Parts: sequence; C-alpha cells; structure tokens
Amino acid sequence: MEHLQSVNDLVIRFANVNGTGSASANNMFAKAIFRMGIPVSPKNIFPSNIQGLPTWYEVRVNENGYLGRRDGIDVVVCVNPQSMRRDVDAVKPGGFFIYDSSKRLHPEFMRDNIHYIGIPMTELTMQHYNDPRQRQLFKNVIYVGALSALLDIEMEVLHGIINDQFRTKEKLIGPNLKALDLGFQYAKNHYDCPLDVRLERRDKVGDCILIDGNTACGLGAVYGGATVAPWYPITPSTSLVDAFEKYARKFRIDPQTKKKRYAVIQAEDELAAMGMVIGASWNGARAFTATSGPGLSLMSEFLGLAYFAEIPVVLINVQRGGPSTGMPTRTQQPDILSAAYASHGDTRHVLLFPSNPKECFEHTASALDLANRLQTPVIVMSDLDLGMNDHMSPPLTWDDSRTYDQGKVLSADDLEQIEQFGRYLDVDGDGIPYRTLPGTHPTKGAYFTRGTSKDEYARYTEVGDAYVRNVDRLMKKFRTASQLVPAPEFYQKKNQSKHGIIFFGTTTYSALEALDLLKEQGIEIDALRITAYPFHETISAFIEQHEKVFVVEQNRDGQMRTLLINELEISPKKLTPILNYDGMPITAQRIEQLILESFPEEKMEIAAIKGLN
Amino acid sequence: MTYIKPKFRHPELPKNDIGYVKSDYEGAISTLCAGCGHDSISAAIVQACFELSIEPHRLAKLSGIGCSSKTPTYFLSNSHGFNSVHGRMPSIATGANMANRDLIYLGVSGDGDSASIGMGQFVHAIRRNVNMVYIVMNNGCYGLTKGQNSATTDAGATSKAGGINNYPAIDLVGLALELEATFVGRSFSGDKNQLVPLIKAAISHPGFALLDVVSPCVTFNNKPESTKSYDYVRAHLEATATIDYVPEKEEITVSYEPGMSAMVEMHDGSVIQLHKLAPNWDPCDRFSAVRRLQTAKAKGEVLTGLLYIDQNSRDMHNLEQTVDKPLNSLREEELCPGSGVLARVNADFR
Repeated sequence: MEHLQSVNDLVIRFANVNGTGSASANNMFAKAIFRMGIPVSPKNIFPSNIQGLPTWYEVRVNENGYLGRRDGIDVVVCVNPQSMRRDVDAVKPGGFFIYDSSKRLHPEFMRDNIHYIGIPMTELTMQHYNDPRQRQLFKNVIYVGALSALLDIEMEVLHGIINDQFRTKEKLIGPNLKALDLGFQYAKNHYDCPLDVRLERRDKVGDCILIDGNTACGLGAVYGGATVAPWYPITPSTSLVDAFEKYARKFRIDPQTKKKRYAVIQAEDELAAMGMVIGASWNGARAFTATSGPGLSLMSEFLGLAYFAEIPVVLINVQRGGPSTGMPTRTQQPDILSAAYASHGDTRHVLLFPSNPKECFEHTASALDLANRLQTPVIVMSDLDLGMNDHMSPPLTWDDSRTYDQGKVLSADDLEQIEQFGRYLDVDGDGIPYRTLPGTHPTKGAYFTRGTSKDEYARYTEVGDAYVRNVDRLMKKFRTASQLVPAPEFYQKKNQSKHGIIFFGTTTYSALEALDLLKEQGIEIDALRITAYPFHETISAFIEQHEKVFVVEQNRDGQMRTLLINELEISPKKLTPILNYDGMPITAQRIEQLILESFPEEKMEIAAIKGLN
Repeated sequence: MTYIKPKFRHPELPKNDIGYVKSDYEGAISTLCAGCGHDSISAAIVQACFELSIEPHRLAKLSGIGCSSKTPTYFLSNSHGFNSVHGRMPSIATGANMANRDLIYLGVSGDGDSASIGMGQFVHAIRRNVNMVYIVMNNGCYGLTKGQNSATTDAGATSKAGGINNYPAIDLVGLALELEATFVGRSFSGDKNQLVPLIKAAISHPGFALLDVVSPCVTFNNKPESTKSYDYVRAHLEATATIDYVPEKEEITVSYEPGMSAMVEMHDGSVIQLHKLAPNWDPCDRFSAVRRLQTAKAKGEVLTGLLYIDQNSRDMHNLEQTVDKPLNSLREEELCPGSGVLARVNADFR
C-alpha cells in the first residue's frame, strides 16, 4: 500500500452532520495549527439547511503558505454515516480514514489502499457524559483530541484555545479538556502516533490573523464610518451585517445615553434595503448594504437611479453560485457583468475586488469614501469563499489621522460664496458635480433629485443636447474613477514572458500557486491582479504587451474576460479563459492543467516557450 | 392659461411667525390637467406649511412615480426634493429619516404608487412608524399612462378605455388601521378647510401619519358614479368631525357645546380640536375607528377627517434607540474606534 508522508503539507476533511456543533471543534483544530505557526486554510462546505444534512470542513495545511484549495484529501475524519461512501472514496491512496468505531465499519466501506483509524467517539461520550447534548458536542472535541495525538498538534495550544473560547463560561472548560484528553489517550494507546502525515511547529504566520472576509468587511464599515446599514438576510452575506452590528454595538454606543450611533435596519426586501441606503446617502449619512446574487438583481433598478441621480451607494456583494437561486452555499464569481452594468439604460458601476480579509476591510472603508467622492454606487465584489471562510490575512490596520471623505458637499457658507449653484455642473472638469444636503441653507442650494433626465441645474428636461451633455459627463466621471480606485497589482518588476495571466479576488491564492508550479516546469508567466473596475490604464498596457493572456475566474462565461474585451477593445483571441464554476474554489492544479492544455502540442511547445522566455 | 409665474409680490402680503410670505412656500407652476385634485392638495400643503411657520429648507419632500409624484415640484421650491422610482418612496424616506432625524419628511404618493407597485414598502413604512407625513393623492386610476384602473378603483367601474374592474378596491385607510398606523386621516382635495388642519396635525405627529386624500382625476375618472369624483364625494362625504389644529403657543379660543367636541393633545403640546363628532367614535380608539369606517363603507359614504391617532406614538428612531444627534452629523471621533481598538480586535483572531 502507498504510504503518504509529509510534514505540514496536508488536506484534512471533516465530514459532519449540520447542526451538531462540529463547527466550533473544527475551528479549534484550524486555529491550533495556526497558533503552531503553520499557514492554514479552512473551508466550510455546507448545505442550505439548518440541521441534518451533511456538511464538510476542509483544512489545507501548507507551510509554504499556499492558501488556495487543493485537490486530494490526505485525511478524512468521518462522523457522518450519511456521507460515508463519498468520504471513503475521497481519501487519496495511502491516506487515512478516521471514523467513529463505536459500531463496526460495514465491509462495503473497506478499501485496501487507505489506512483506517477507528476512534469509538460515541462510546466514549456515552461512558463519560450524561447529558445527550453534551454527548453530541463532545464527540467533536474527542476527535480533535485524537488528531492531536495522530498529527502531533501541541496539546498546550489546544488548551489555550479552549481557555480563550470559554473565558466567560468557565465551567465548560473542564468538560472540554476532558474530551480532548479522552480522544488523545485513545489514539495514543491504540495507534502509532504521530502518523507519517503530521505537523511540526514553525514560525510562518508572523503577525497574521485568521479571519473571514465578512467579519473584515463589517469591521471596515465600522471603521469607515457607516451609520446606516439597511439589509435583507441572504446567504452568504448575512454574517457581514451581523459582524457590523456586533462591532457597532461594542464600539458605537454613546457612553452617556447608551444610545446607538448607528442604525441597522432589517428591510422587507433587497429593494427596500437599497432604497434606504440611497435615502440615507442622499441625506449625508454614510450608508451601506450587503447582499448576494438574487439581491443584486433586485437592487438593479435602484442602482440605476443612484447612478443617474448621482447618489453615493456602498454595496458589498458576497457572490454565490448563480443563476437564479443557483447554489446558495457554494462559491463563484458570477456577478461581474451584472454588477458592472446593473440596471437598464447606459449604466456602469465602480467595482472593487478584494482578495483577502485585509482588503475586505480596506475596500469597505474606502468604498464609503469613494462613493461619496464620486457620488455613485461602489460595489465591493467579495464571494462566499472569501466572505464565509477563515483566511490567513495580514492584520487589519487603521491610520488614526485618516479622515472621512464626504466628497463635494457644499456648506451654507460655500453656498453664500458661489454665484449660482448647479447640481450637475462640471465645475472642476472631472465630471464630478457638487451637491448639497437637505436642510443646509434657507434659500440656496435646494434642488430636485430625480431619475429622469435633467439639465445642469437639476431641472427636468427632454432636450436631447442637455441629455447628451449629462450622460457624457457621467462617462467623464467614470474615467475619473479609474484614477481613484486601487491600482492593480503586478507580480514582476518588468515583463519577462510573452504570456500573461490576469486574476482577481479569490482566484489569487491558486493562481499564484499555479505560477510556482509552472515555474518548476520552466514556464514563466507575467501576472497581474485586477483590484477594481473601471480598469486602470496599466491593465490595457499589460494585455498589449503580451501575446497571450490567461484570465482566471470562477464562472462559466468568462465574465471578467468579457468585461476586459468590452471595455478595453481587446481582441477576444488574445484572452484565454481559465475557468472553474463547480461551486468549489478553483485549485492551482486546475489552473496549471488548463494553462498547459491551452498550449498546442503540449510538451514540445512548452520547451519552445521556455526557449522564448 | 399662463405658464409663467409672476415674480412680483405685493409688499404687504401677510407674513408668518418667521417672516415668510405664502409664496415662499410655493413651487413651479403645475403641469397637471386643469382642475386636477392634486393641485388643490399642493395648495393645501403650501397653506399648512405657511401657517405652521416651517422653514422650507428643514423639510424634505419625496415622491415615487405618477401624476401625484410630480407634485413636489409644485410646492416648497426651497426644500430639497426627491422624485424616486415607482412605489419606492417609502424606503428612500426611511433611509433619509434615519440619516437626519431633525428634518420634516413629506412623502407624496398615489394609488398606483402605494396600493400596487409600492404596497410592500408602504406597509413596512407604517410598521416601522417612520416619522413622516405620507399623503396619498388617491384618484382611483392611473393618470400618467392614460386611465387604467388602479387597485383603489371601485369594483365594477369602467375605465376610460372601457375595461370593467372586476376586483374590490383596496382601502388604504382600513389597511393602515389594521397595521396599527399611529395617525390615520382621510380627506378630500376639495375640502381645504379640513385638509389644511389635517396636514398640520400630520406634520406635528411624531410617527407615520397617513393622509389618504380623495383627489378626482378630471381627465379619466370624474364620472359621477365614481367614488373618487367631485360629484360623488360631495354628495356622500361624511366627516367624522371638523378639525382645528392649534399650535402650542396659541390659546384655544373656539368652544363647542359639551359632548360635541374632543381635544387631542399632541406630543409637542399642540392640540387638535375636533367637533361635530360622528357618534360612537373616539379618535384615540382604533377599534371604534375601524368600526366606524366599515359602517360608512357599507353605506357608500366616504368617511373623512382624523380617524385615528395614537398619542403614545414612538417613531423608528425611538424604537431603534439611535442617538439624538442626527447620524449624518457624526464625525470620525464619534464613529471610528481607532487603531488601538483594532489591535485588540486583531488579537482576538490569532
């Protein structure tokens, strides 16, 4: 039998039943590895269900810091009989299948090329706990204890996590420690520990944190000064507003009156949520909302209004599998085009593409500035993988001298000094007009906001020339936006290859890993990460400078590729799509494979490319 | 008919407490049909704001889409206005109100805008008790698209195009009472004496104040048999009471026979004085209002006046426990927890 051997390089999958408290045990496992200084990347693979259906937690451990998903599972911990067939089959030859051996494993689940490790989890809980709920919960902690022995996770680290987790519920610490020990002792006494697939302390996480993107976005909204947060619950964006509310409740209560310096409003639907953002922003508050796929469709009419009437809007779109209800608990990047051009008529919206939690935090805070500066919707394009899974991320930082940009808002004094206020006059030549807030001045600055066509003084008009002047100015404003959005990231000082690769958001992890894999085979590709739309001029230059450019994304239609072609007038032949759209995060192996396949006559050609480089 | 409004004003026009004349509350000239009920409602709004001595810029006017939603152009030109999208004014008003609790919010809508496309938002704005005046200019038809039936058209009515309405009319007032709206009134565009004090009371009410104003559409729905026509309403109008709105600082001078009047004190100390009360009806009792409304409906009467008021109304800010200072005026030091706190947050994720 094959025998896997590795240190700090493994993928482990936990197969659980939804609603049985496995999440906190699994988190404890991932956090322990992180605290041992080893880069770790956990992913929840969950059903659209509250209780009873199979759910998985997949953790990739990689001391080189590759955080994308990897195919091939080294270890499965299976506590869900429902999914056992799939889970047994998922183990790589030579890998390990850890299961609850309270009942004998049915012979149909026996493979001769994997190792079986039975831990009588249920039996142990029956012997040591009386309460049925505790029995269910501690079964999870028992397998973490067993893994501690099997994989060599430092027990002290686990103890530290339990102590932190139950700081306020001290009486739960004892039973948890006991469960850890039960699992640990059983594994130690019955198997050769550690296995050959194991962990070892390193110093490779630095000052990083392990945080999910939705929490980071929620914090970004608190730090960015958002005060009005209307929303409608939808997976996978719900936890984002939850996080905003949690931190606002902590940091935004008036110390004297105990009243809130924020309002979280659960709207009746996504339309109303967006309407409230528009109303609040129109009235000078910093407002945002979060949604996913179907919510974006529902908000489209209002996004058009905000674009045309020039009202700041911040929307965080945590993308999920579409179309329609699609795969609500799986990840994709399928809303690029529908977000960029949301709503009828000639519209276009500013998009930001964060690729890790730190950027989620920063992009959300900057989106509040940008939207006010540009007086237009800014959509932060996160996704389920980024939003709902923990990611190793540089720590969040804030410069205390930073002030909020309210954009071009005229005060009563300003109004006194100008000759005539024209809401849609392009005074500065950047396409961005000045606005006034209701209540500013008794006789100056009032205007009528409307979704209909208007002239420079906000008067309704159907005169063609005035309409054209207005929409052309909006286009000018959009070009100004390309200078204000975050610049793209280049991964080489100077181009070295005739091939380029473009990626963005959560494809970044795997794309960078794939580049290393290709490099090992002698193929070097220049890389560029898109961070925003409208596209920075350097993106166009990058594409021009390369013969062939791969565009990596997670949707069927290659939507970013289409956007690039449409916006930059690039020949479609130049951009080769590298796609993954099965709902799971793209892997480096897939990118590598598709790139290799895209070269005709593979190996010969690879050699030739190598020569050309 | 002239389309240019003269700028000249008589120098001795009466001024209100803050020195404004009535024309300071007017807007652009109306482009609605001559005789449209909506224009009378606009005039009543101008009159109410003038009498209340509201600073025009402290009021924001919002609307959806339709003939009714055009009217904010025709009053209060020194107020910020927002002509939003069809049926979605309530959410815009809710957001605006959350941002700045210090302004007065006047929403104008129509029967298509509120009872059809915007029903969801209308209902939820009531439920949240957003502090705003919500006027429905109810003409029982779609004017701007040329006379189709609306959700408040009488059952059996024939539209201008000849189609018969097979469906019962939605009664927005009855619905609002069911939803426990805290201020519910109905009036008629042609009854200025009732409408002006009702608008004033609605502005003073700390919560969602619905005014369903029957406003005949002279072009498409002014047939004598229509319950939204001038003839019908005049013949069948039954007022619960005539109304005086008395601001706090004024002395109550009018007195009525005992048993024929009721005084409703508002939160700010002002008083609504009602007289000629309909029998078996108390403006502070929701159940009696519902009963009275149903009785009138069964008799084919259009019951108008202040139908219900909750004197203990708590608006959305009150329910949400937001700070007294408008949220849009909070600055970095009140909003941003700073880098020290962030360092501690980071530590929680290690």
